[in-house]
Amino acid sequence: MTMKFGVIQFPGSNCDQDAYFAVRDILKQPVEYIWHQSASVDGFDCIILPGGFSYGDYLRTGAIAKFSPVMSAVREFADNGGLVIGICNGFQILCEAGLLPGALIPNIGLRFICRYVSVRVENSTSNFTNLCRKGQVLRIPIAHHGGNYYCDPETLAALEDNDRVLLRYCDENGDITDEANPNGSLNNIAGILNERGNVAGMMPHPERAVESMLGSEDGLYILKSIVERLV
Amino acid sequence: MAVTEPKKSITDTKPIDPAIYREMGLNDQEYERIVEVLGRHPTYTEVGMYAVMWSEHCGYKYSRPILKLFKRYKEAIEGAGLENAGVIDIGDGWGIAMKMESHNHPSAVEPFQGAATGVGGILRDIFTMGARPIACLDSLRFGKLDNARNRYLFEHVVSGIAFYGNCVGVPTVGGEVCFEDCYTGNCLVNAMAVGLMRHEDIAYARASGPGNSVMLVGSRTGRDGIHGATFASVELSEESESRKSNVQMGDPFTEKLLIEATLEALKTGRIVGIQDMGAAGITCSTCETAAKAGTGMRINIRKVPLRETGMSAYEIMLSESQERMLAIVEKGHEEEVAAVFNKWGLNAVVIGEVTDDGLVHVYDGDELVAQVPAKSLADEAPTYYLETEEPEYLKSVQNYDLASLPEPDDYNEVLLKLISVPNIASKQWVYEQYDHMVQTNTVVLPGSDAAVLRIRGTKKAIGIVTDCNARYCYLDPFVGAQIAVAEAARNLACCGARPLGVTDCLNFGNPEKPEAFWQFKKAVEGMAQACEFFDAPVVSGNVSFYNETPEMAIYPTPVVGMLGLIDDVEKRCTAGFKNEGDVIVLISGWRTDGETAPVCELESLGGSEYLNTIHGLTVGRPPLLDMKREKRVHEAVIKAIKNGLLNSAHDCADGGLAITLAESCIIGMVGAKVSLLSNCAPAAALFAETQSRVVVSLAKANLGALREIADELNVECTVLGHVGGDRLEICVNDVEVVSASIEEINDRWRNAIPRAMEADSGAF
Repeated sequence: MTMKFGVIQFPGSNCDQDAYFAVRDILKQPVEYIWHQSASVDGFDCIILPGGFSYGDYLRTGAIAKFSPVMSAVREFADNGGLVIGICNGFQILCEAGLLPGALIPNIGLRFICRYVSVRVENSTSNFTNLCRKGQVLRIPIAHHGGNYYCDPETLAALEDNDRVLLRYCDENGDITDEANPNGSLNNIAGILNERGNVAGMMPHPERAVESMLGSEDGLYILKSIVERLV
Repeated sequence: MAVTEPKKSITDTKPIDPAIYREMGLNDQEYERIVEVLGRHPTYTEVGMYAVMWSEHCGYKYSRPILKLFKRYKEAIEGAGLENAGVIDIGDGWGIAMKMESHNHPSAVEPFQGAATGVGGILRDIFTMGARPIACLDSLRFGKLDNARNRYLFEHVVSGIAFYGNCVGVPTVGGEVCFEDCYTGNCLVNAMAVGLMRHEDIAYARASGPGNSVMLVGSRTGRDGIHGATFASVELSEESESRKSNVQMGDPFTEKLLIEATLEALKTGRIVGIQDMGAAGITCSTCETAAKAGTGMRINIRKVPLRETGMSAYEIMLSESQERMLAIVEKGHEEEVAAVFNKWGLNAVVIGEVTDDGLVHVYDGDELVAQVPAKSLADEAPTYYLETEEPEYLKSVQNYDLASLPEPDDYNEVLLKLISVPNIASKQWVYEQYDHMVQTNTVVLPGSDAAVLRIRGTKKAIGIVTDCNARYCYLDPFVGAQIAVAEAARNLACCGARPLGVTDCLNFGNPEKPEAFWQFKKAVEGMAQACEFFDAPVVSGNVSFYNETPEMAIYPTPVVGMLGLIDDVEKRCTAGFKNEGDVIVLISGWRTDGETAPVCELESLGGSEYLNTIHGLTVGRPPLLDMKREKRVHEAVIKAIKNGLLNSAHDCADGGLAITLAESCIIGMVGAKVSLLSNCAPAAALFAETQSRVVVSLAKANLGALREIADELNVECTVLGHVGGDRLEICVNDVEVVSASIEEINDRWRNAIPRAMEADSGAF
């Protein structure tokens, strides 16, 4: 059985092809692009909001993309329990659109950072991490200027108390330290879930870590978990 | 209502005030020549068009005779054109387009936008050929970081490149960063882009087919960057700050849309010609495409979408607003092409049509404001054969007695000093600001000898590198340029790639000064010869003159961007040591067994980082280069990698053998114990930058097979020691001269640039 992925293309998305290739060539699952002006995402099992600079990140990251016609369809899809994952700019858009709580603000240091980081799996039963062990350390790259996760104390407590923190920046041994936090995120948060558990956002790029020649295959734990859940 | 017929020709023009055309950069003879070509005085708009097209930046009026030394360039301009020449075949129907271009002067004045638009411009050069951009590299040079202004320029150039490159989704995978006093006030920003295409998809910059429509696509036109090309053709001065309006503003989001829209629109098959708009904007793109096709063009500048009101014809013709293209579209298919651009949210409007009379007619509504032969603008810039004269400084610096220098007391301290010089130290601070992984093809990340990208759908990979040691070029431009080519090829060999082609960016001082032009001529001679020898023809390039301030000229800096091919992506190699117990071997073109004269390492200290950092000197001659020996080393390394013998390979360059060993240790985070034999003092053995050498590591079991390759290719293969422990220990002639923990070396190397940048920046 196969599951159909949709990769949304906003003007300025630039990791759309990487996500597409990862699903098609590595996961071997059907995948199609979805243009930002589409009014429907019917027929898909999982929607990926890819990384990039939608609308140039002008005004604020994700601030314009949330008004794209396709976002109403994505919201409806999520409301009906469909799986949605936002990666990097996709995470930013999901926060702006209110599908995930909190916001991604500019990195501490105010510079773009592209490098491999270690993240620890905090919840190993979610739709996006069910192939991982709890506490497992994944090596996945980040590439962003605004990945500093921020939310109010109540939201943070709700995330922490309900196992909705998916991934946390850590050192190579899995320890959560300030030095291992590349961007200043609260509680070293690198990825979160919505309340229902069907919408996830993460700053690291799993689609960049799907082949050993790229430096890591750990991103497959995330992507294959989705397939596992869908099938 | 009577309709007045637009004028068919321009008459009754008056002489232009010499002060005006001189301000635009034309001299009196050039003005006379324009009058001769037109048979009348030019209009104001026409003078502006000639001034910019006949500037060195666009017209290569000084460099062209010298550039003909590049064989493929000469053949191309005399034959099939530069487009085909610019595509390098990598087999399986795939071709690589690549080009490098300077944005030095804009970056010196407005570093963020100057660098950003440098990236944007070079990317357009690539996708206008029908190739998808797959990589950027940036070769950057600044004054030393103890100066606040230099830190400011460095910080903002890097963030400008990041701003643009990251947003357009093209990975910035490599390049160089060097710091030298001569670049204070005149930094060098050379941006290179690489694109991948099917050979049959090549697009031409030709306005073919009279009657076809001329469309302007992309951004609206504003007043930014007027006379940028002319600005690039003068020396920088106090007044340059007031030239900020000459610097263009970049919009990488629009560029990203333009990339996708252009590649999609080309697939319609309705675009017969296309050219990006860089220097000289609409003027350059209209006259060049018409000249190439032997046609003419009639355009109405009032159809050009504008972002400002009240722009004159002159301003519209010369604006260098970014993210625009000129497309020649088959008559009747304008809407089909426009629909693609509109889908991506971009303008696409018809501004005129192709004619068969060889003239570019520019209308401002009904008024004819320019009517000039396309070829006279594009191809007939006056050519000057400038005088050359060997600079006086050369003899004294070359004849410096290196034997008179005192040996240092503490070699360990020298090593730690050299490893922390920003020229040698890790460039992580730079490349982590660039998205170097997007498109998921980067299989050797920045920090190794060259970047390697796999070619999706094939077993192949390409290696890409930029190189130039400007100190060597200062000491001897001919040899220095040859070494730039040799080192680029050596870097590629260390990844397992054999060279296929070169793009260059030739940065020099004022060509009207005979000493600077001598440097230029010698460097091009050296580069042309080396490129032929290494089978890496120059397929494209750029010349940047006038890199001078009132205080000084830059060192001659002919930057080489080289492409190489790896047949099997699995057979690639990186610079860091991998396994405890591996044997460390020096593969060298210089035999020490007496069969050939051993190179004197003392002389190889000439122009070295050691001399500069420890003794404050840039003297001597560049290290000796024997291209035959050099090539044999490349062949041996490539073959050993191909046969799977090596676990690491790293080229010996800046800082010499000791620094090469230290770098391989740091990258692998493992120690090494090494013993060297030398016929001269330890400083030379450790830090001389002798050419044609590569440090490799391998399992002991593979040593025999490596020796066989070395014998077969007649290169020296010397076991230096082994990988292991957590210290780098080096003996010279059985005396331990270096012993340092990898942790300490790593700390110095990795943090040198961040620490320099954290210094209180103060006023600049």
